This record gives sequence, C-alpha cells and structure tokens, in this order.
Amino acid sequence: MKSYLPPRFVIDRDAERCIGCQVCVRQCSFDAHAYDGEEDEVRSYDENCVGCHRCAVFCPTQALDIRLNPLSYRPNANWRPEAIEDIIRQSESGGVLLTSMGNDKSYCIYWDHLLLNASQVTNPSIDPLREPMELRTYLGRKPDRVELDPASLSLKTQLAPQVAVELPVLFSAMSYGAVNLNVQESLARAAAEAGTLFNIGEGGLHRKLYQYANNVIVQVASGRFGVHPEYLDAARVIEIKIGQGAKPGIGGHLPGGKVTEDVAQTRMIPAGTDALSPAPQHDIYSIEDLSQLIYALKEATNYTKPVCVKIAAVHNSAAIASGMVRAGADIIALDGLRGATGAAPKIIRDNVGIPIELAIAAVDTRLRKEGIRNQASIIAAGGFRNSADVVKAVALGADAVYIGTAALVALGCTVCQQCHTGRCAWGICTTDPVLSKRVNPEIGARRLVNLLRGWSLEIKEMLGGMGINALESLRGNRLHLRGVGLTDSELEVLGVRLAGR
Amino acid sequence: MDHWKRINNPYDDDKVIDACGLFGMMDTSGGRFSGVDAIAAISNMHERGNGLGGGFAVYGLYPQYAEHYAFHVMYLDEAARREAEALLQDGFRVALAEPVPTRKTRGVQDPPLVWRYFLQMRTQDGQKLSHDDYVLQKVMQINTGVRDAFVFSSGKNMAVFKGVGYPEDIANYFRLEEYQGYLWTAHSRFPTNTPGWWGGAHPFNVLDWTVVHNGEISSYGINRRYLEMFGYHCTMQTDTEVIAYAVDLLMRRHKLPIEIVADVLAAPLWSQIEREDEERIAFHTTLRQVYGSLLLNGPFSVVIAHQGEMIGLTDRIRLRPLTAAVKGNLLFLSSEESAIRLVSPQLDRAWSPMGGEPIVGSLDRPLGKREPVAAALAAT
Repeated sequence: MKSYLPPRFVIDRDAERCIGCQVCVRQCSFDAHAYDGEEDEVRSYDENCVGCHRCAVFCPTQALDIRLNPLSYRPNANWRPEAIEDIIRQSESGGVLLTSMGNDKSYCIYWDHLLLNASQVTNPSIDPLREPMELRTYLGRKPDRVELDPASLSLKTQLAPQVAVELPVLFSAMSYGAVNLNVQESLARAAAEAGTLFNIGEGGLHRKLYQYANNVIVQVASGRFGVHPEYLDAARVIEIKIGQGAKPGIGGHLPGGKVTEDVAQTRMIPAGTDALSPAPQHDIYSIEDLSQLIYALKEATNYTKPVCVKIAAVHNSAAIASGMVRAGADIIALDGLRGATGAAPKIIRDNVGIPIELAIAAVDTRLRKEGIRNQASIIAAGGFRNSADVVKAVALGADAVYIGTAALVALGCTVCQQCHTGRCAWGICTTDPVLSKRVNPEIGARRLVNLLRGWSLEIKEMLGGMGINALESLRGNRLHLRGVGLTDSELEVLGVRLAGR
Repeated sequence: MDHWKRINNPYDDDKVIDACGLFGMMDTSGGRFSGVDAIAAISNMHERGNGLGGGFAVYGLYPQYAEHYAFHVMYLDEAARREAEALLQDGFRVALAEPVPTRKTRGVQDPPLVWRYFLQMRTQDGQKLSHDDYVLQKVMQINTGVRDAFVFSSGKNMAVFKGVGYPEDIANYFRLEEYQGYLWTAHSRFPTNTPGWWGGAHPFNVLDWTVVHNGEISSYGINRRYLEMFGYHCTMQTDTEVIAYAVDLLMRRHKLPIEIVADVLAAPLWSQIEREDEERIAFHTTLRQVYGSLLLNGPFSVVIAHQGEMIGLTDRIRLRPLTAAVKGNLLFLSSEESAIRLVSPQLDRAWSPMGGEPIVGSLDRPLGKREPVAAALAAT
C-alpha cells in the first residue's frame, strides 16, 4: 500500500561541507542516510527521519541540518496536521497507534504559572555558599509523635524503615528491556554517587546491578517479572506499580524482539516471547487486596524496607491515596499526565490522567485534612524539567520527585518519541547490542551526576532566597508560591494565592 | 475570630510581619520583684519598636489566687463585657471580677476596657476534657463567639498586660511598677503590615504559656499546616502563634522536655548530628524525621515562659540577636546586652548563646545553687 504520510522532517545536506565520511549512515538507526556506492555519494531519505539529531550532532563538518517539513495543509483549527496524519497512519496499519515519551499536548503546564518567593528586608536571604543548606529527605512512614522513656529520656519510639536521599530527586522506573543495561547502570552509578535512588522498573534486577542494591527501588508490577526473594531482599524500597502516568489503566507490552537472552533471564521468561503486563494486578481488584499485597511484601522482607505504591494521577487520586495510606503504603508515588513511557497507545497517553501539579496539591491537602500526611511520603513524577519544577512540587507538598525523561535527556535523548520502535539512535531505549554500546555507563553516570549536582546547587539558591535552610521547611509550604494567569478554581485546588495577594 | 483576624491582618497578608525588642528576667530562686527593672530595660531598647505594640507577661503575679485561672480580657464596649461575663459565669465559679487598674497616660490612646477574673472549675466541669483543654475551649469561645472581646491571658498566677503604644507607656498605663513577680518578659513591637491593635501586641498567650518573639518564620506555611493536623488553628496569622502552639503540642501534649523541644524548633544540622555518638545520632535523626515540619526556619529570637520556667532560643543560624546573662539567682535574656547592663551593671556572666541553643531558667534548678554557672547552663 502506498503510504500517504508525508515526511515529518527535511534533511538538508550541505554538499560543500559533506566529505562523504558516512558517519551519518552509521549513526542513523532509522535508515535516513545511505551510501550509494555507484555514485560514491551519501544520500538522505527524509521519510525515514525521526528528528533525533543523532547524525547532526555527530557529523564532523556540520553538513547536516534537520528541519521540520514546512509542508502546510490548509489551515483548520479542528483538522490539524496531527489529526490528519494519525488517520492516515491508522488507515494504513489498522491498529492502535503507538507512541512513546510523555504527553506532548498543550494542556496547562502549571509549573509555568507558579512563581517562587524571595526574602527582602524583613527576613534575610541565606547565601548557600556561606551557610549550611540541607536537602536531605527521609522517605517512609512517620508516627505522629516521639515518645521518650520518662526516666532516662531515651527514645521509646521506633520508626518504621526510613530511606534517606541527599536531594529530593530520584530516577523514575525504567525497566531492563525498555532501556538497556548500560542505561540502567548509568542510573545506578549516578544514584549511588549522588546519594539518591534509582527505580529498576518492572523488568527485574540484572545480576550486574546487585552491587548498587543500596540505591535501588524494585518494582512489583502486574506482570511480576523478575520478582523473587533475593530481588526483594536486595531492595532499599519496594514499589507496587498500579499505574503509570503515560498510560493510566493500561498494561505493558514488551515485544518479543526486545526480549534478548539476557532480558529474558532477568525477567524470568522465555527469550523472544512478548512480555505482557496485564492492565490491573490480577490479585488487586480492591483496596483490601492492595493491603494484602503490601503486607505480604512487608512480611517477606521482615518489615525492613518501606513499601511504595505508585499510581497514575487520575480524577480521584486524593481519595485513592488516602485509601493507600490506610492500606499500609509507606510511600505514595503519583505519576502525572506528562509522565513518559517506552511505549503506549497514543490515544491513552494524550487523553487520560490529570496534571501532576493538581494531583500533588489535592493529595497533600486530603491527607492533611485526614491527619494522616505523616504516615506516608509523597513522590511526584511526570515531566519535571528543571530544579524550579522540583522546588515548586516540594512547596505544593511532595517529599521528592521522580525524573525519567530529564535523566534520559542527560544521556542524549532528544525526546523524539521513537522508544516504542526499539531503534533508539542514541542507544537508550533499545536492547540492540550495537546501539546499546552508544551509552557508556561511566560517561553516562558522570552526565547524570552533573545534572543532579547542578539541580541541587540551584535548589539551594532558591531555598536560601526564601530564607529557608532546610528542605523540610519548604515541604507543603505553599505560602512560598504565587500563581499567575490561573482561575480562582485552579488557585483553590493548588492552595496558592494569586501573585500580588 | 474572623473579626480579630481582619483587625490583626487587615490586608490579608500571608502572615503578620514584625520585628522587635525582647527582654526577660527571672529570679530562679522564686523571689518576687517589681516591674521597675523590666520596664527600664525594655524602654532602653526604644529604637527596636515603633510604638505600635508593647507588652509584659508576669509570673507569680497573683499568689493570693494562685490556684485560680486568672483571665485578663479586653473589651471594646460594655455590651461585649456583659456577653463575655455571662459566658464566664456560666462556665466557672467567679471568685473575683474587677477592672484592671490603669492610669491616664500620654501615648496610650483609645484604650479598650481591660478586666480581670479569678476563676475556678465547677466540679462537674471538665469531666470530659482536662482542665487545661476546658479553659482553652472557653478562651476560644470568647475570642470567636463574642464580638469585641479578646482574652489577653488565661493562666494561673500569671497575666499578660499589653496594648498599642511603646512598652514604657503601656507599663505606666497598667501601673506595672506596683506589681511583683518572679518572672517578667517584655516586648516592644515594630509591625510592618498591621496598624497595631491591642490584642495583636505581644506577649502572645495560650493557657499559661507566653511568647515574646522577634523574627519572621519562613517556614510559617508548613508549621501552620502541620499544627492544623493536631487541631490547632492559627487564627491570628502570626508566626508567634505558631511558636506558642508548637510548644504547647510538644511540651504539654507530647510531654517532651524543653531541651528536646529546642532540638525540634531549632534542630541541629545533619552535619552536626553526624558527629555525635550512635545513640545521639539515632535520637536527633528520629526527632528531625518526625518533627521536620515544626522546624522553625528563618530568623527568630524568642523568649518563651510558663509557670516556673523561662526559655530563650534563637534560630539555628542565629539571624536575630539574643544575649543571656546571669547575676546570682537572676537570669536575664535580652535583644541587647545594654538593656541588661542598665538594670544590673555588674553581672556574673553575659554571653551570646549559640544558634539553636536553649537558655533555660527554672525554679526547679535555681542558678545560685550551681557552680560554675556556665557549666550548669551548658549542661541544660
């Protein structure tokens, strides 16, 4: 069938600059460049280009320029190019349209409508270069009070397990199979060096990564891939994955092609078979079932580690979260509308869930109203781009945030949304052994540590400006936020005043 | 209370912002002395206030009514007095009701009526609630239910005298040189976002706790939201109120001694905790994990008092001044050393406490009995 789909990008090759070295041919995993031996010429094929810029970055003579295809349809507010092209693709494939990464639509990004405070006159700002500035955060269930032995004044209270992170930024779940081992090792090394945690996702924990177990969050997801006693024992935190922001209510599907021998072993499934994660966990059809799984995992690990429950941010998140805390969750992970994925139906990614900002505010407020906010930490996820987003999330009420896309961008990702093809030219979202080599765990870890260090310096600057020298004094402190361009109802849900008030 | 909130914070700012001068003076052997020195000392720090609030808390004030709850109540009119008194008659046995003696003073304009009541529990009262919680409930009823009535203080054998004016004017107005107590705290206020009203002056009181405070709490938003989970509502929107409730929660309800409360409000840094022995690490780590939301961040120095005890504390990086001094059994706390030297030129010792280090004067541990003073203080 002839495809009616026009190329999305145009590849401009400057003939004067091109030296025919074929770097672009070797770098492109989508066959957008090819060498014509007969003519001794490198050619480009626009229709194959995904706009990942791998070739442009690696071209030694800057001969390549990748631009959006200027091809214009007749302007139409309803029938925008995306709507037309989705129909073209669907009429050619007859299936569910797949995509990847997070929601790319223009739903309100509340971070861009929230502004931070700074001290002037009545309160001195604090210079983090000269004064201590504390970002350490403990994740886990806390009691309402500390009890002392009245005679000796020694501690009677024994806390449930707590896990420290040195900055409130953790690496979000990315499974082996979705990404390759080099990516996971980069994340693991960086987490260990920066004093934070990385989430291994639902694909099991590869043997090679057991040495980073002190920094790992392991997942128990609906497919139960790679879950065994040693796996649970190794973990710092166990996360029950109920849902994902990019595809709330939807399971996962790792195609057999990505299930290499090594992936198969780690997931404990036959090589080459599709790894299907059911939409629900089939032993959790209700809140009491969740409680049973939480306590089964706590029993299995002798109550030595916090159990986190991750849900997609949906309409009733506040009520659901309250139930989760009462069911025994020590940590609640909320994954918002803009949370990313290695593969998801486009219609789901683009239309299901709610923005993480509103979910954090609603959940934090509800747990406080019920007097149970201490009983669980909140980790927020879904599209955090920079340290200011993190600070705003903490001020709204999150204990920490998960970053996924931001970490991958540090490793080279340009958010071209081709993860579901398994052909990532940057060697990230692929298990192809040749492509995987493009991520070097040592260099990858350095880039990630640099990112975390940069963010943590920036967070300290922002805190100091607000006259705060410990992150816990900002957590849930919404007086340090003001809204711009938001309606009264939006401000009410966020619990934030309008700028100027 | 909404009514008072609007008066206290007329522009509905995040919170009431003010700065000020503090002074505290206590005879740890329990000897009572007149207000002359405290008045002189706080007046010496005139520049720290702007005439929009001055006040005093006195303990050991009413020995003849030591077991009665002493209510000092402010009224804007007689109707408010009649309404509040009906409430008091209904809730307590009233041993004595009288206007607080005053004299005409230049600088004190449009004073409200201030009355005092010595109250006892009726036997059937407080069966469900503890006496303290019962009293607290009645105070809230007056403050929220009776328009134009506001309770200045409600503890036993203590009282708060405060109003709009410089503290020396307020002292003159209430004839404070005529009273005796073993513990005096004083405050001179410099509010920036309120015109000042009598109830908004310091000391702030809840039960027999009083707080005089200089500073702006940057963590106010979360301190307040945390306390709300325990049923405290910061209706006055001042950070002083947050401090008072935090101390009430930690000391009265959670039964933590003051030294440990100081470790919550001005928590040691993680880098300091790491240098302690294993047991202290566990102790301080647990405190910060559980009470992180009560850490008072931002600049403050504060003098907190209750029956038999006076506590001075600054924020952990010491962004507001506090000087401590000892002379015999006397403990002084002041924004400025000069104010102490004015009333007691010869001191055994005067020093600036470390940030976050509580200075505690207690009737249980009179200073004079312990030698050397410095070591004993450090041990607290």
